Amino acid sequence: MTKTIPGTPVFTGACAQKGYALNKMCYSFNSADNRAAFMADEDAYCAKYGLNAQQRAAIAARGVAALIEAGGNVYYLAKFAGIFGLNVQDLGAQQTGVTVEAFKAKLVAAGVHNEDVKAGRLSHV
Amino acid sequence: MSNIIGSVSTSHIPAIGAAIARGVTEEAYWKPFFDAFPPARTWLTARKPDVVVVVYNDHGLNFFLDKMPTFAIGAAAEYRSEDEGWGIPPQKATRGIPELSWAIIEQVVEDEFDVTTCQEMLVDHACTVPLQLLWPEGWDDIRIVPVAINTVQHPLPSAARCLKFGQSIGKALRAYKEDLNILVASTGGLSHQLEGERAGFLNPHFDDLCLNALINKPELLTKYTTHEIVELAGSQGAEILNWIVGRGVMGGEAREVLRNYHIPISNTAAALQVLEPV
Repeated sequence: MTKTIPGTPVFTGACAQKGYALNKMCYSFNSADNRAAFMADEDAYCAKYGLNAQQRAAIAARGVAALIEAGGNVYYLAKFAGIFGLNVQDLGAQQTGVTVEAFKAKLVAAGVHNEDVKAGRLSHV
Repeated sequence: MSNIIGSVSTSHIPAIGAAIARGVTEEAYWKPFFDAFPPARTWLTARKPDVVVVVYNDHGLNFFLDKMPTFAIGAAAEYRSEDEGWGIPPQKATRGIPELSWAIIEQVVEDEFDVTTCQEMLVDHACTVPLQLLWPEGWDDIRIVPVAINTVQHPLPSAARCLKFGQSIGKALRAYKEDLNILVASTGGLSHQLEGERAGFLNPHFDDLCLNALINKPELLTKYTTHEIVELAGSQGAEILNWIVGRGVMGGEAREVLRNYHIPISNTAAALQVLEPV
């Protein structure tokens, strides 16, 4: 097995199996009718997709880290987050335990090398 | 015979599509990204493309985990987009060119790439956002061949395999009987990570190495395992595999026509690179 990458869940076949029902439900949120059905009766909707107790609790808590722990893949989870108008900065802030403003500021700060990369001078190939 | 005019590789972040839809591309946050496109469009217009081979990854519109092809090639007369659940408007359908798709499929299978062929295929923002960026007035005159790479569910195809897959597609394009000007559009990246305690990870040093290597030494990138690429570029930075396929499609020696790089757009190091054959 390959080593783990700190702070980085890798979506493997094991995750894909474990999270199948959860991801399938989130995939269904491509449809506006399905998003409305979920909002109208969350319990019934989760039951229809056969979520296990861990997945159901993570959905109820709107907790990104718990959803990933339950096998969720972020691309499908983003469709779930979209129901509540949350974007990937909101998800990032929640997972790293900072405010959305602080998360965005960290992203901006990472742009310190923008001009160097435009000029191709950060690496020698 | 067909002619590969060059490649345009660009990030495909959904937020870019949302910014276009909201008409905010001139705002300070977005301008450093969008300002790179008028010169790219000038370059493109002069080269009169007929067809675009779009190398991208699907984010749960056409493919789900029930069936997840490593490499899939569209062979449809038309490709529609649909609601993806995160609020970006679907785009007008794009025309396909099934004869060329099948010529590519014949070649890549002969070269031992056992692809999934798709006569019905929805294309998501990763395919349509780059088209919007290159043809803001619409792309009715353009036909596409969508090529979808699995960058979502591990194991991912290796960088070496991706480069060879691209080279095989390029062979098919160059042998195609019709006189067509073909653009390669590779989409996604560069470094970014959406999940985990490392969410927000960005790596300009590795991005610069990728951009420099893609010009004329793409084989340098094939020494990295997909696990190493995730470590260096972030989980979703694995989309660099699409760019490696695209570079293989173009083949030969290249010249960098233009490059842009801007952190942050959404959670991503957004980049544009235009290459042309020399």
